[in-house]
Amino acid sequence: MVPLVLPPTVIGYYLLVGLGSQSWLGQLLENLLGQQLVFHFSGLVVASILVNIPFAIQPIQRAFEAVPEEVRDAGACCGMSPLKVLFRIELPMVWPGVLTALVLCFSHVLGEFGVVLMMGGNIAGETKTIAISIYDSVQAFDFASAGQMSLVLLLFAITALALTTSLSRRLGGMNVSRRR
Amino acid sequence: MSQDVADLYCKIDQQRDIPIDAEFCCSAGEVLAVVGPSGGGKSTLLRMIAGLTKPERGEIRHGDCQWFNSETHQYLSPQQRHLGYVPQHFGLFPNMTALENVVAALDHIPKSQRQSRAKDWLERVNLHGLPDRLPANLSGGQRQRVALARALAREPSILLLDEPFSAVDRETRERLYLELARLKEQLSIPVIMVTHDLNEALLLADRMILISQGKLLQQGTPREVLTRPRNEAVAKQMGLRNMFDAHVVAQEEDRQITWLKFGEHLIASTYFDSLDVGTKVRWVIPNQGIRFNSITKGRLCRSFNKLNITIASTLAMGETMRIVASIKGVKHHLNAEVPLHLAQKLGLAPGMETEVALKSELIHILER
Repeated sequence: MVPLVLPPTVIGYYLLVGLGSQSWLGQLLENLLGQQLVFHFSGLVVASILVNIPFAIQPIQRAFEAVPEEVRDAGACCGMSPLKVLFRIELPMVWPGVLTALVLCFSHVLGEFGVVLMMGGNIAGETKTIAISIYDSVQAFDFASAGQMSLVLLLFAITALALTTSLSRRLGGMNVSRRR
Repeated sequence: MSQDVADLYCKIDQQRDIPIDAEFCCSAGEVLAVVGPSGGGKSTLLRMIAGLTKPERGEIRHGDCQWFNSETHQYLSPQQRHLGYVPQHFGLFPNMTALENVVAALDHIPKSQRQSRAKDWLERVNLHGLPDRLPANLSGGQRQRVALARALAREPSILLLDEPFSAVDRETRERLYLELARLKEQLSIPVIMVTHDLNEALLLADRMILISQGKLLQQGTPREVLTRPRNEAVAKQMGLRNMFDAHVVAQEEDRQITWLKFGEHLIASTYFDSLDVGTKVRWVIPNQGIRFNSITKGRLCRSFNKLNITIASTLAMGETMRIVASIKGVKHHLNAEVPLHLAQKLGLAPGMETEVALKSELIHILER
């Protein structure tokens, strides 16, 4: 849960130091993968996963908590193994929560700035994201490009929010009907 | 039905979390009601029998098969116990239709037979024409039926019902009582039903156990427990409000009567052989032992005791009238419930002095 409360620049700094070629972990990964993670697209993927895990865990956890204990009990008494209960009953019940988590994570990754800049730098074609491009355009007084890219991200964010709200309502509705 | 017919024996001794101390047996074909106030450990006891909660110490045995034994560290999972369980809110799988819910419990028979068997069970619990509905689109009573069909479709070794009628309206509940009473005749397995409603136990159970704060207070037929409560705690749990102090004045072994001096009255109760003359006792009488019309109609027979009372207050509640009356020479009041039409016919009203008859065989002396 630490990434939820730490400033992105600080997370980016620690990832840069921790996964850089100066650290034992960075050297180990470089030897294993044949390339260094920092200032590289694969490094951005690793950093995004680490940073966004808490954002994914919370909605998924909430969705599983909303499954009534009685349903699991009934599953066990119907002869189902815990794994069967998970796949046949719980996962179909919690999928809106899981999808909400994925949408949230993806939109968060798309707009990530601090961690991306620290970990990946600003290498065109490799680690330059839309968020960084907006920053570059503003620095170059190219407000037209910055506006267009910002609008794309804004529309994406609104769509993601609408989708997650609708999925949350659907999940909430299922729970209400279950408890009626 | 082809169930494995055997009795269930249960002995639980748990001190931590929710303390439970109970030992009882439920015979095959018998409906045993577990009655007690909320939070008394009834549902926990049921979960222990189901294998959903592991007790600290004790033994749960179905016929010769040990489901749990703390001495031998034997513990069978709910899947291995092969039982039918209907949770309080039915625990239906919300992503499955009524039919799929029942099919989900049929993994013990070949796949090709599951659909038809599930349909048969839905028909047997009178759920016609709704197999494709999701639980969210069923009424409380219909959900209860699906849950019951799912539990019975497994051809379980025992059936466990946790407050099966608490989540449905009164009308549905009355209908379900009849259905369960009919179904009971077809079942040859032990059925354990948790309820906090004493009337349910009186209506449906062959035997009952009374549990309060995890302790088994008394077991027997519902009528036995109601009319012969072991002690004051049981009497209170059974809702008996008429408890009085008296002295034993005579013992008639040949007529099986214990005579009690109660205020200015001398009353005959059922014979209690261990009491000496002069002993102070506490006695109790259920509502059905109090008669208002026997004396005025001149039908007082020898098995009744006459009591002079003055009605202190009346309260009409639906079809009954609650009466609180003072008894001559006695500090405590008499509480009675009389059918409203009878109360009106007899003109029962506050301030009225009248006589009531107490049925001797329903006067019961409590253990000290």
